[in-house]
Amino acid sequence: MTDTTLAPATRRSRSLPRINTSVIVMTLYLLFLLLPIYWLLNMSLKTNTEILGSFTLWPRNLTFANYATILTDPSWYSGYINSLIYVVMNTVISLTVALPAAYAFSRYHFMGDKHLFFWLLTNRMAPPAVFALPFFQLYSSIGLFDTHIAVALAHCLFNVPLAVWILEGFMRGVPKEIDETAYIDGYSFGGFFVKIFMPLISSGIGVAAFFCFMFSWVELLLSRTLTTVDAKPIAATMTRTVSASGLDWGVLAAAGVLTIIPGALVIWFVRNYIAKGFALGRV
Amino acid sequence: MNKTVNHKAWFLVLPVLVLVAFSAVIPLMTVVNYSVQDTFGNNQFFWAGLEWFDEMLHSDRMWNALGRQLMFSGIILAIEVPLGIFVALNMPKSGFWASFCLVLMSLPLLIPWNVVGTIWQVFGRVDIGLLGRTLESLGIDYNYTQSTLAAWITIVVMDVWHWTSLVALLAYAGLKSIPDAYYQAAKIDQASRWKVFRYIELPKMAGVLMIAILLRFMDSFMIYTEPFVVTGGGPGNATTLLSIDLVKMALGQFDLGPAAAFSIMYFLVILLISWVFYTVMTNLDKKGM
Repeated sequence: MTDTTLAPATRRSRSLPRINTSVIVMTLYLLFLLLPIYWLLNMSLKTNTEILGSFTLWPRNLTFANYATILTDPSWYSGYINSLIYVVMNTVISLTVALPAAYAFSRYHFMGDKHLFFWLLTNRMAPPAVFALPFFQLYSSIGLFDTHIAVALAHCLFNVPLAVWILEGFMRGVPKEIDETAYIDGYSFGGFFVKIFMPLISSGIGVAAFFCFMFSWVELLLSRTLTTVDAKPIAATMTRTVSASGLDWGVLAAAGVLTIIPGALVIWFVRNYIAKGFALGRV
Repeated sequence: MNKTVNHKAWFLVLPVLVLVAFSAVIPLMTVVNYSVQDTFGNNQFFWAGLEWFDEMLHSDRMWNALGRQLMFSGIILAIEVPLGIFVALNMPKSGFWASFCLVLMSLPLLIPWNVVGTIWQVFGRVDIGLLGRTLESLGIDYNYTQSTLAAWITIVVMDVWHWTSLVALLAYAGLKSIPDAYYQAAKIDQASRWKVFRYIELPKMAGVLMIAILLRFMDSFMIYTEPFVVTGGGPGNATTLLSIDLVKMALGQFDLGPAAAFSIMYFLVILLISWVFYTVMTNLDKKGM
């Protein structure tokens, strides 16, 4: 009797501390991650007088005026529209060219395939700082400077290799027998690819699209170098406001919060693939 | 997987080849072109040979930037890798809380880099930032626009905040691939927690960790936006990392020759690391099959 009551108690006392430390570690870590984001959110909901005048842990005079400024002032909201336009263009271009290439890499040996695959990787790793000036000159000389397509094409530098690597990682998981069966059944390559193969790797396509979108969305150096007015991204709008006046903290914070939203919206759907995507489809 | 030899596969790769050649090879050739020429303006160029390379190799400016860069990458790796592993070991293994942690941890990874800079710029300010204000009220002298040490701490903590989750997520993915049987065997052998980590978890994570380390090294090696937004390379040149220096030189001062020579050397380093990365990846792929 005493044994049966004691046994669970001792077991619990032995296992409880470990669970507890894990919970504490995770709580502390998440707190560390969320605190700066909370501070930004907090600031975006305050008036400038409250931000500068008093130190408050949560907004005392809750205001959405900062968001209203952004959503009504064209110089702010056009930044979001510009960013979205070139990001979507880039994602579509990257996926369109990467899909057949990834298929080729995952299914066939061909002359120079390994070298080509490696060369693609080097472009994913290339520092944008090296390319900033040449891109500026290249796109100026062909008359594409300050257009959305210029930024979209420039971001292909790292997004196409990324998409190829991620998609190849997913495609190698699809057994080759499926291809062969489809060809025996009389499918053409195009028909097979669109009707059978693409649905099979739909999660891979989703992940690749997400990462193209993300990396194009977060990049600032190239998009800032290649634009002045017409295609100026939100990121550049934000840095210019800081350097010019450095005063309107509330609006700046609100703009920052709004740039986090696209990622935060889809994060739940890709949560199990984030490691895989960052590791170029290799985890 | 057995691949068949098929040279027609080139046609499938062709669009990628054309597109990336357009956005990588042409610009890179421009850089090579500038690196061996000098100009007096008016688009008149003349051959300068390896003069710029020679100049850059003997310039303190580049070596100092490289030194700072290596120090930065070294520090963040030394913090992020152990911390990432530690966090991964403490993550819930499955269920709602696992997803919950995954989502929250991924959040910093998906924030635009300049906003990451803005967040920390604001967070660290002594007048309006939570961190700066707290440190100040504790009597710690902290001002990242004036003190070199404070500036360094700010950009390092910012990078740890931004990217530790990546290491943690990769390590977590490695941990999850360990079959339960391994842990049961360890339990039968009465292995200590440390031994389980050292002889089961670490070897199984090694491949994934290698990817994480190389990715972090590579990305920190070309970091630009975040420290630029927070410190602008200052105070003085204290946080001017390689990319910041290069952009200053190329787009700020328009020193095309030196900047181009700089770029090429920079790119060669990246090429070397990429090759290590590629070798690790292909070895992993082979093991996986």
